[in-house]
Amino acid sequence: MFISTSLKIALYALKANKLRSLLTMLGIIIGVAAVVAMVAIGSGASAQIARQIASVGSNLLIVIPGATTAGGVRMGAGTVTTLTLSDAKAIRGECPSVARVAPVWSGVAQAVYGNQNWSTGVTGTVPAMLSIRDWPLEAGRAFTEQEVTAAAKVAILGQTVVKNLFGATNPLGETIRIKKVPFQVIGVLSIKGQSPRGDDQDDTIYVPITSAQKRLFGITMPGQVRVIMVQAKDVDLMSKAEEEINALLEQRHRIQKGADRDFAVRNLSEILAAAQAAYKTMSLLLGSIALVSLIVGGIGIMNIMLVSVTERTREIGIRMAVGATQNDILTQFLIEALALSLVGGIIGMLVGITGAQIMAKISDWPVLISWQALLLAFIFAAAVGIFFGFYPARKAAHLNPIDALRYE
Amino acid sequence: MAALIEVRSLTKIYHVGDVAVKALDNVDLSIAAGEFTAIMGSSGSGKSTFMNILGCLDQPTSGQYLLRGTDVGKLSAEELAAIRNRHIGFVFQNFNLLPRTSALGNVELPLVYSHVPAKERRERSLRVLESVGLSGHEEHTPAQLSGGQQQRVAIARALINGPSIILADEPTGNLDTKTSVEIMAILQKLNSDQGITVIIVTHEPDIAAFTRRRIIFRDGRIIEDFSPQRRQGHNPGKSEILMSKSEANPKSKCSNNRNIIV
Repeated sequence: MFISTSLKIALYALKANKLRSLLTMLGIIIGVAAVVAMVAIGSGASAQIARQIASVGSNLLIVIPGATTAGGVRMGAGTVTTLTLSDAKAIRGECPSVARVAPVWSGVAQAVYGNQNWSTGVTGTVPAMLSIRDWPLEAGRAFTEQEVTAAAKVAILGQTVVKNLFGATNPLGETIRIKKVPFQVIGVLSIKGQSPRGDDQDDTIYVPITSAQKRLFGITMPGQVRVIMVQAKDVDLMSKAEEEINALLEQRHRIQKGADRDFAVRNLSEILAAAQAAYKTMSLLLGSIALVSLIVGGIGIMNIMLVSVTERTREIGIRMAVGATQNDILTQFLIEALALSLVGGIIGMLVGITGAQIMAKISDWPVLISWQALLLAFIFAAAVGIFFGFYPARKAAHLNPIDALRYE
Repeated sequence: MAALIEVRSLTKIYHVGDVAVKALDNVDLSIAAGEFTAIMGSSGSGKSTFMNILGCLDQPTSGQYLLRGTDVGKLSAEELAAIRNRHIGFVFQNFNLLPRTSALGNVELPLVYSHVPAKERRERSLRVLESVGLSGHEEHTPAQLSGGQQQRVAIARALINGPSIILADEPTGNLDTKTSVEIMAILQKLNSDQGITVIIVTHEPDIAAFTRRRIIFRDGRIIEDFSPQRRQGHNPGKSEILMSKSEANPKSKCSNNRNIIV
């Protein structure tokens, strides 16, 4: 009951000095708005990276050919192809932490349909690839293991390829020519969007790896593959899977202890996670800078509350004379400071949300406004109010009644 | 019957720079319940200081103040606030009402601090405002009221919690003669009808004439303490100079007094 009365008194006092209250709140408004906007931008960026990580495929390891030493000259990573289909088969068969394996043999080729042509990346792979990349088909079907074994001339198209070759025509069942070899379109992939590096992932054609090897790009050694995509059974098993693959391939490629490997295992999620951590750090940094302005706003509140206590010394004296305890006075002024900071906090939140959305529109940055961030800003505003309101409130409460009454 | 107010060797020293000023110098006094007392003296005589200590607004430098036998010096700030809230009503020379707050709001104020629900606060305040003749002025702020009306609001505020003592520090100091008489009549009525102990500080003999006991201060000491009625032979009470332990029936005193005033 007393709290509500105090609140009424506090709001009344704030209303009596509208402009002053508004200016005092401005510090809090700016502080909270800055925190909300900064956190929204920061978490928007890291959420976007998280989406990209998911789009590449979960628990993904990529085995790429490594540097070889030819006559004492060490070549760069991936300059020669040392991986084979049997390596892929061995990884799937002998590494217990591995769920799926998809070898890849790819190249760039021109695809032709009717009078349309389009140059695109053609990826030869196996059916497991779609599961590894978590990439469902929009229409049609995937090719089968039998089709891989038979080097069948079947293709699955990405959305960008469909758009460029077929326009509005239904591509299913049609025949396209890739490097003049006819392939039947059996499936269409769903939209995937941009890769973390900014490539258009939908600009691709999937064919059986054997078809790519034998009919499109040729190979220099039997079963040669460019990379092997590996999906670990669980996110926690990724480093274990990496060790298993390293050990297996070292053994298969007869690499001596301490010698350079002719392959490398890349953990793409790890790289992206690092980028995400960097964004998180950035948003934390921006947030803490914004927090400084919130503290400055708090000092503004303290300043005005001190003025208010001095100004209203007589009022405090009257209240004490009719029986207000120190606690009553303390509560009243604390609530006043709290009301200032909370009203400022709410306005600041609205300003922050609006600001973040405007920023998103103008600069095309992804923003993510989470209720946790809003709650945090609100709690901080309240804490600032209590912290900086306490000293003036205490000062008011500890006034000597007779001195306060006599104050001119 | 024990004295309502009893002070022993009360001393108050102010420090102004390096100089120590003795505002009260070993004052002994006792006031019984139901008395109507004036404290007089020139300015600087210590009468206001004495009043503030009686009202638990200020603490003595040394000496004892017993209120209903309780040593006030040993009470916490919280307990002192409760005494001011429930047992003492203040009336000040400059009214000391909250500006920008209605008459009703001002009268309700002590009830806010004794945690009375809003509805009851309003009802009680309206009743008390009516009793001091301010019906129809409930929503007026002090600035919209005359001096006499403001002092009535202050008296209503002093009365709201049913105090046993009303302390009035120069209650008519800012009022004209006619209004002063009206205010004094209210205080007198409270004393005679409700038996409230009223102590007023004044330097005007006309105002002091309303009371039945006069205590005169000079340089922090009581130099005179007399009851005019006794001198005139009207009052057979046993009040004594300096240590008055009145056992007279307040009712009989009141009737005496009313005759004098009306």
